[in-house]
Amino acid sequence: MKSNLRKIFASRVFIGGAAAIAIWGVLALLIAAGIFSRSMQSLLIQICYYVTLALSLDLVVGYLGDLSLGHAAFYAVGAYSGCAFAVYTNLPLALKFIGGLLVGGICAAIVGFLISCAILKLRGDYLAIVTLAFGEFVRSIVKIIPGLGGTKGLLGIPSFDSRVVGFTASYIVLVLVIVAIYNFTHSRHGRTVTAIRDNAIAAESVGINIKRTKVLVFTISAFIAGLAGVVSGFYKTSITPGDFDYNVSIEALVMVVLGGMGSIRGTVIASAIIVLLPELLRGMDEYRMLIYAIVLIAMMMIKASPKCRALKEKLDGKINGFRSRFTRKRAK
Amino acid sequence: MKKTARFLSLMIATLMVVLSFAGCGAADNSNVFVLGISGPMTGTASTYGNAVVNGAQIAVDKINAAGGINGYKIKLIYQDDEATVDKAKTAYEKLMDNGMQVFIGCVTSDSSIACNDLIKADGILQITPSASAIEAAVNPNSFRVCFTDPLQGTKMAEYVYNTLGYRKAAACYNQDDSYSTGMYDAFKERFTELGGKIAVEAPFGKDTSDFNAQITKVASSGADFIYLPIYAEKAAQILITADSKGVKLPFVGGDGLDGIMNYLTGDLGKLAENLIFLTPFVSTDTDPKVQAFTNTFIEKYDMTPDQFAADAYDAVYLAKLAIEQAGITAPTAMDNAAVVAAMTQIELDGLTGKMTFDASGEPNKDAKVAKIINGEYVAQ
Amino acid sequence: MQMLISTLIDGLNLGSVYALVALGYSMVYGIAKMLNFAHGDVIMVGIYSIFVCLNMNSLPVPVTMLICVAVCAVLGFTVEKLAYKPLRGSPSLSVLITAIGVSYLLQNLALLFFKSERRFLQNFLQLGSIQIGSFELPVISLVIWGTTLVIMIVLNLLIKYTSMGRAMLAVSEDKGAAQLMGVNVNRTISITFVIGSALAGVAAILYAAKYQNVDPYTGSVFGIKAFAAAVFGGIGSIPGAMIGGLSLGLIEALTIGFLPESLSAVSDGIAYALLVLMLILKPSGLLGKKKVEKV
Repeated sequence: MKSNLRKIFASRVFIGGAAAIAIWGVLALLIAAGIFSRSMQSLLIQICYYVTLALSLDLVVGYLGDLSLGHAAFYAVGAYSGCAFAVYTNLPLALKFIGGLLVGGICAAIVGFLISCAILKLRGDYLAIVTLAFGEFVRSIVKIIPGLGGTKGLLGIPSFDSRVVGFTASYIVLVLVIVAIYNFTHSRHGRTVTAIRDNAIAAESVGINIKRTKVLVFTISAFIAGLAGVVSGFYKTSITPGDFDYNVSIEALVMVVLGGMGSIRGTVIASAIIVLLPELLRGMDEYRMLIYAIVLIAMMMIKASPKCRALKEKLDGKINGFRSRFTRKRAK
Repeated sequence: MKKTARFLSLMIATLMVVLSFAGCGAADNSNVFVLGISGPMTGTASTYGNAVVNGAQIAVDKINAAGGINGYKIKLIYQDDEATVDKAKTAYEKLMDNGMQVFIGCVTSDSSIACNDLIKADGILQITPSASAIEAAVNPNSFRVCFTDPLQGTKMAEYVYNTLGYRKAAACYNQDDSYSTGMYDAFKERFTELGGKIAVEAPFGKDTSDFNAQITKVASSGADFIYLPIYAEKAAQILITADSKGVKLPFVGGDGLDGIMNYLTGDLGKLAENLIFLTPFVSTDTDPKVQAFTNTFIEKYDMTPDQFAADAYDAVYLAKLAIEQAGITAPTAMDNAAVVAAMTQIELDGLTGKMTFDASGEPNKDAKVAKIINGEYVAQ
Repeated sequence: MQMLISTLIDGLNLGSVYALVALGYSMVYGIAKMLNFAHGDVIMVGIYSIFVCLNMNSLPVPVTMLICVAVCAVLGFTVEKLAYKPLRGSPSLSVLITAIGVSYLLQNLALLFFKSERRFLQNFLQLGSIQIGSFELPVISLVIWGTTLVIMIVLNLLIKYTSMGRAMLAVSEDKGAAQLMGVNVNRTISITFVIGSALAGVAAILYAAKYQNVDPYTGSVFGIKAFAAAVFGGIGSIPGAMIGGLSLGLIEALTIGFLPESLSAVSDGIAYALLVLMLILKPSGLLGKKKVEKV
């Protein structure tokens, strides 16, 4: 009995859940007590949806190893469909939000499914350019769909009056997404995905269905990007086609790359840093984009340099050693 | 280990958030009136934001030199919103954190619309110098110095039809910019209502860099003139293309064309000859106020002021008049409702003309038409 | 009819500029097997160098042109040395992300130095236009067509008949085997980059003469479309770049000229939509070679 309890307390789910609730509690308390400045409160919500967006891209870039330069398209589809649902239906706010999330996520997933089926044959460079072109195409098509506000954008999206509620809603979506991605990447499917990334031909030879797995990853990723879009719409209260251009895809890519590609924890931290960057480097606004560019180049070089690879292996070895000692101790 | 590491990193992330907010303690503002500007200071639209800050700064310096408002100085603070919606909201919150009492912004329409709910809830006086979309000043506490997009389109249609006597229009507008489409839709409606005809529409997008096909379309339509409800940057490109194709139709536009001579320097300047546009502000106006402003601006920033700067200058003076009219004797005694109510009682003879306001928040003032003659803006 | 012909001429004129830029993308891809995302931005830097020469020093035009090509070639060489060379042998994902980083870096450096305002160039290669029948044809367009053709032919000859060119072909076939045969792979790729960037310099000169303006995003906006043209024609194929460029120019001009106004809002998107369709139906482009994946 006692050991059962200990097992529960030591389990991943419990620790993760406790951490999530603890962080929420601290932040919500700080907001409610008015200790956080108003700009910091608004940044917290932005962090939530940018992290969600970056995580969705991380699935494709980090885990699947394909470069998508058009994630803004899924983000846009989700934001527009989910927010249009919220604008044109007559429901209580909470239902509008949940319904909007479902509609936005599903619409984005459908688009992601279709586009991934269409581009199955493509790899690497071609895939990157098709997704880029697709992103720009979506941005221009949104302008002529009636009811979405054209160039001026979709206005009057409902929003949460209370900041604590607004933050909590965005935070819950983020936590659910993190849990889902964690479970996916640690499942059999997730290992299939990384196998394809590491060596597609070898993966195929052991019977992995590459096409099906790719479509699956793209669809899930698009669904999550769509969720991020809806959350951003509920925060911004108005969305315009210009909010979803190529630069958004690049910004998400910078978050994923800085986070180490294929690491949930890294992506979360990197995204938070990037959203907070203007705050952290006050008066350096002019240089922010420059820093993004340097981050992209530097991260790739570090990854490629043999010295750094050796260092990483050494560190990994140490951590593994430490970990095995740790687990042995716990097993006793 | 993994768990601990994850927990630790999440904690570090949280700590960072906490640390970064700890840095922003508000300064003591008890003996200054704080005016805040939010607009694009970096990025593609930075010209507008910087013009607004510069124009407002000149007004603030002048007011402070003359003794301030009821003996209290004005402090001008500003935030960069990069003309993007989510940054605009953070910028506004930041200004509120820093004790802003009157909001001179946002500079661009989309940003302003995104802040509508926040501004309404805070109830502070908003005077936007340049956000011209209808929806950008719908709150009861929102006012604007510039004309709305549709109003500009309507006024230009009347001017073109009645004064210039043109009947067939060709239109080149930017379909990615609601400023442009808003102005054009109203122009089209009014112009056809008066009996004119839109011979051809040749829109382009924000990524368009070649305007030859548009000009070809316009040239073969038999139009009397080309309507350009766009900003000067794109208009300058269109003028160059039209010239290279030998198209000699007259060009007519809205206030976005102001400042086109800053782009078309030297020999290129002759391309803008006889360009006609609606503008609230002409920097060569003989009015001594305008002359003083233009001279100070050139001296300080080494460029000719455009309407954005002038609108911002007027917005600062409107804020001063409203505070005085409401009888606010000290910054600590700020009463938002009274200041907002005072806006409809004041009259300003500003750089962009004599103006009064009603509860709708729109300015009652006359539009001016400017024509470029010998490289100078001349009021018509 | 008159308008149709004028629009076709516009399309071919625009297409020739696309083709010229696409040539640079295609050549580098064909040999180094990497997408040089920054190609368009090298062109942008080239136009700014012309702007600086014209406005600040008023140098004679031929010197300005030389400086522009030199600036681009040196920039291409430096970028290759500093950013791409350390990544040789890395997965294509890393190389692609680095290229995007370089493109972003150049853009934002330009933004920092020259601000976001569009700059207009004065009196640079103003050649006027000639009258053919009732059509006005700008001389600069003829020059662009001529230059693009000449470059295409010269590149073909260079690759087929010089030892350097054969080395390039060998590297593009199989890097490892080429190395074993005594080809200096690193040097060959560096030279490819220098030639590609010099081509960007030529494109910068002609772009500046035709459009007389530049802003920090000129390269990326135009570059993405030219890149689309290169892919459309089959990236890696030099005649393909030509055909892709011309088709994209024609398609764009025709959509602007003849699309019903209610659909005008998507005219920018049409180039992208066609690109997506093309790649889905024929992933290697019009003239591209099909790649067989080997273990």
